[in-house]
Amino acid sequence: MTATARVTGITGATTPFQVERARDEFPGLTARIRGYPLVYLDNAATSQRPRRVIEAISNFELTHAANVHRGVHTLSQEATAAYDEAREKVRGFINAEHGSEIIFTSGTTASLNLVAASYGRTILKSGDEILLTEMEHHSNLVPWQLLAEQTGAVVLALPVNDRGELEQESFARLIGPRTRIVALAHVSNVLGTVNPVREIADLAHARGAVVVVDGAQAVPHLPIDVQQLGCDFYAASAHKMYGPTGVGFLYGRLDLLEKMPPWQGGGGMIERVSFEGTTFAPPPARFEAGTPPISQAVGLGAAIDYLGALPADSLAQHEQSLLIYATEQVGRLPGIRLIGTAQDRVSVLSFVFEGVHPHDVGTVLDAKGVAVRAGHHCAQPLMRRFGVQGTVRASFGFYNLREEVDLLVEALGEVRRVFG
Amino acid sequence: MTGDLSELYQSLILDHNRAPRNFRVMEGANRHAEGYNPLCGDSLCVWLKLEGDKIADASFQGSGCAISKASASLMTTVVKGKTKEEAGEIFANFQRMVPGQAGATDNLPARLAVFAGVREYPARVKCASLPWHAMKAALEARETERVSTE
Repeated sequence: MTATARVTGITGATTPFQVERARDEFPGLTARIRGYPLVYLDNAATSQRPRRVIEAISNFELTHAANVHRGVHTLSQEATAAYDEAREKVRGFINAEHGSEIIFTSGTTASLNLVAASYGRTILKSGDEILLTEMEHHSNLVPWQLLAEQTGAVVLALPVNDRGELEQESFARLIGPRTRIVALAHVSNVLGTVNPVREIADLAHARGAVVVVDGAQAVPHLPIDVQQLGCDFYAASAHKMYGPTGVGFLYGRLDLLEKMPPWQGGGGMIERVSFEGTTFAPPPARFEAGTPPISQAVGLGAAIDYLGALPADSLAQHEQSLLIYATEQVGRLPGIRLIGTAQDRVSVLSFVFEGVHPHDVGTVLDAKGVAVRAGHHCAQPLMRRFGVQGTVRASFGFYNLREEVDLLVEALGEVRRVFG
Repeated sequence: MTGDLSELYQSLILDHNRAPRNFRVMEGANRHAEGYNPLCGDSLCVWLKLEGDKIADASFQGSGCAISKASASLMTTVVKGKTKEEAGEIFANFQRMVPGQAGATDNLPARLAVFAGVREYPARVKCASLPWHAMKAALEARETERVSTE
């Protein structure tokens, strides 16, 4: 098949991306698995971390470890400065207007739950509608279902076409006067589809709904500008963008955050506490109860610095050329059906192997050192939409090589040999 | 095939995956349970026909990987004709064998030893044991109950 994938924002010819040099930064990529060199194609689940991220975390733990805020001692002030600096880096990374619009969380899931529990619970009334899409990860589906149960709101889902794209026509049909929240993935974790967030945000705002974007799969691939996207909330995790696990962020428009109640109570989020009543700190502290993931936030800041220093255009071109090559090489194998052939997508390739369960494919690939994800990818409604039990998903980072696509294809040949 | 993989995907397993035995909804079954693995979304149903204390017939249906399908298929062939108590004992031994407990194969029907290779693939242990959990639930008369691997 012809691959027509592209990434918006690539401008003109650039010098080739120095993949080997980038790979040297990632100690995790040197692993050997069952006697074979690791071929790591599970980047959509979590990416490997570059040495400078690992060193930033370890440096913080070795020489600056202290709790943030209210500390009068030097170490605590250093920790606070490092934590605040990380917040400023996230602000710059997504081009938010104010640092106070960035809330550190444990990850995308917590960020989305925060929006549902605080914003959603405050504004939704019985019969109001929450509009999702069929391609949502369970983390951008279940929190809204829980919210709907609590408030009597209704969850609706935009259909996905056979290529794995949303269609504006169905959006116009499903958005209505009761739509209060539109929540969608910027990029699908299964299909790689890049959704037209700006167009959807404009339509949603025209109807008075707010737009919540799950950016977990977008942040490692696309330049993010929340002001240009026009979204009201944007959630992401560090560990999918070459940072550590345990930390993520929520961007929220300041005027919305200022009106939102806390979602968790504890230290750090108050203004004044007494048994007669408590008043709360302004954002972002209002939404960061308890000791935050400090060293992880520092690690996220280091990941942002690292990504920022890479040549964005040639990196995107390299990822796209991997996707096109993989789509051609895997797509022409007999008995393979590609799931997700959107015009606009990132380097994620989902497929099913006729007659062989995805987990068996995954196990055979693992025996050859090739790490992929197999199963429903926490997107069961999407699996039903495509009439499959699950898929095999190979997801590429900028450090992947063309040769690794060849090794994937070779390992898929082994699946054929085992299962006939 | 590499030595490693052939330990897991033994020819008996591949054969039962390609042509599962007793793969049918059972008419006249008096016990039935569903096994579900939320990690992979696989589910299968097991039907038993008990005559007194004896398993007169066993069947299954569902979707799953080669390991779970072959395990279900072999299980139905093994428990057919056994008493409830005997089937329960085989269940217990199988449960000890798949994660690799020493000596666990001693009291097992020889055919089931093909699943010993699963121990090298911890993510797949639950695939092998899913149908057995469903069978056990059916035996214990927790009819129509759904058992989960989690």
